[in-house]
Amino acid sequence: MAIDQYLRKRFFPHIWCAGCGHGIVLNNMLRAVDQLQINQNEMVMVSGIGCSSRISGYVDFHSLHTLHGRALAFATGVKMSQPNLTVICPMGDGDALAIGGNHFIHACRRNMDLTAIVMNNRIYGMTGGQFSPLSGTGITATTSPQKTIDREFDIISLSLASGATFVARTTAYHYKEITNYIKEALQHPGFSVVEILSQCPTHFGRRNKQGDATEMLQRYRQNTTSIGSEAKQKNPELIERGIFRQETAPEYCAEYAELINRAQQS
Amino acid sequence: MDMVQNTEKVEVVSGNKSAAYGAYVCSPDVIGIYPITPQTSVVEDLTQFIADGRLDAEIVEAEGEISAMASVIGASAGGARTFSSTSSMGLFFMFDSYIMAPLYRLPIVMVNSNRELLPPNTVACSHQDIMEVIETGWIHIHVENCQEILDAIIMAYRIAEDPEILLPVDVCYDGFYLSYLREPVNIPSIEAVNNFLPTQDRPTLGGPNNVFSCIYCGADQEMAELRYRQQDAMEKSKEKLEQVEQEFAQHFGRSYGGQLEEYRMEDAEIALFCMGSHAGTARVVVDQKREQGIKVGLVKLRMFRPFPQERVLTALKNVKALGVIDRSVAFGWKGGHLYRELRSALYGHGLEIPMADYIAGLGGHDITIPLIERVVDETKGIAEGKQYQEITWLALE
Repeated sequence: MAIDQYLRKRFFPHIWCAGCGHGIVLNNMLRAVDQLQINQNEMVMVSGIGCSSRISGYVDFHSLHTLHGRALAFATGVKMSQPNLTVICPMGDGDALAIGGNHFIHACRRNMDLTAIVMNNRIYGMTGGQFSPLSGTGITATTSPQKTIDREFDIISLSLASGATFVARTTAYHYKEITNYIKEALQHPGFSVVEILSQCPTHFGRRNKQGDATEMLQRYRQNTTSIGSEAKQKNPELIERGIFRQETAPEYCAEYAELINRAQQS
Repeated sequence: MDMVQNTEKVEVVSGNKSAAYGAYVCSPDVIGIYPITPQTSVVEDLTQFIADGRLDAEIVEAEGEISAMASVIGASAGGARTFSSTSSMGLFFMFDSYIMAPLYRLPIVMVNSNRELLPPNTVACSHQDIMEVIETGWIHIHVENCQEILDAIIMAYRIAEDPEILLPVDVCYDGFYLSYLREPVNIPSIEAVNNFLPTQDRPTLGGPNNVFSCIYCGADQEMAELRYRQQDAMEKSKEKLEQVEQEFAQHFGRSYGGQLEEYRMEDAEIALFCMGSHAGTARVVVDQKREQGIKVGLVKLRMFRPFPQERVLTALKNVKALGVIDRSVAFGWKGGHLYRELRSALYGHGLEIPMADYIAGLGGHDITIPLIERVVDETKGIAEGKQYQEITWLALE
């Protein structure tokens, strides 16, 4: 099936700026769904607020466009009521880890079979380029004209420490990895986090002299490497891409069904 | 343009920048923020003031509005002058801490850029967001234009910090219509504002004998007394606004009518009643209808909480019919919030004024001159004894 079969074309043109990485994520996310042959009627996309969250409007799945930071909280309800559906949550970095940080760590802890995609562009794009908890230090944003002093979260470490059972990272440049990791995440029977570094040339790139979208994508190629690569050993500054954890653990909805079973038998 | 007294400069600015200037000239110590459309540029401008060395304040860019307000409450409890800004769903996420500010009796000043709620997905203007928090104990002042935003913020600090009041004030302006509208605004000098708004010594929340430091307050007289005093302070804030406005006019040469403004009401037989940016449009319609010989006036409500019942009764005492324009829906009640408040305020005071409510401007739908003309025409019909519909949704007609 062609990718555009999954799109709600009446909502196009999309709102993303020229050069935004989020379209690459959308494209490859849909390829993953297509390759897995998941029935559109069994897919639920739940998103919060922000540039990334607009994805839920563009895809022809069941979709909920909810509150800033609350995608995972709403998704938890969806999955509890309809555990047979595949639930995917595209989120931004501010969305997932600032205002939604609490939901994020608790979703990791519960290990419910949800797929969280964190599209990390290190900035609040929709509201005009304020720094986020993923911006890190030394970043110019509209709320940090003298550069940030706030340290950033490491999404991978946070997810691992909070108990997520599938954790992966890639970038908008490595589009094939996006498809592969989202495929793995969707098939994984537990809580999955896929961090995708996604360029925001309009707000992050421009203010931090990172060039246009092409240059920002080149940067992803240059400053990332596969997990455990020789390059990483030579240059510890490189950001690792790959699957950091993929292990099974009791899944929340299955455990819940089992609990009901036990209660009814006793 | 004449330089109005104590004006340092006149600058063409958006409503958001006017709000930022309003906070800036009041020299806040701590500002707590989180981005949300359409208020975000308020804090961007304040951040720039600090970066440029013009404003000596601490900014907390929190991880959400609830923490933004929490940080401001903490700072205010410690004696700091504080400022915040939000809108719509941000206001609701702030709610837990928003509702604590008046209970703590903290003189926090913030702005709300009035906006619709979700769903459906919109960031456009209405008064629905602020109307959901009208009974929280915050003083709510609504404004009509960019100058009034700045002036209302300065006056808000005077009211909030008054030892008889000690309540937080939310200055509310219409999202998009004012947040991004650019108008020439008189910006007073900090010195002039300092003269008008001296720093007040006030009790802070610390100390072992302070009731707010206690771990538990029983269901006894103490609780009732706290609530009674808070209600009493709200009542007093009505007269305080009138006094502060008079002083403001002496210092800066501008005034807005206090709790409400009566426009061409002296001999008015019918009146429009509204609040917010479209009061400007209503003013134009009143002028046009007056030229046609229709004796119509406008009451522009400025203070929604506490509700200025006495001023409303005085303003409407000679009116034969009233057309109310509501930019929000009081779900579960027939009309909008202004209509509901008016019905309640007039009851039992011998003013049986027939009134029609017009729900308009939801989701950023423009409240245009023709729409308000229609309200005037129908209100005139009511005064002449014609049958009328109690509630009309203008966008659905």
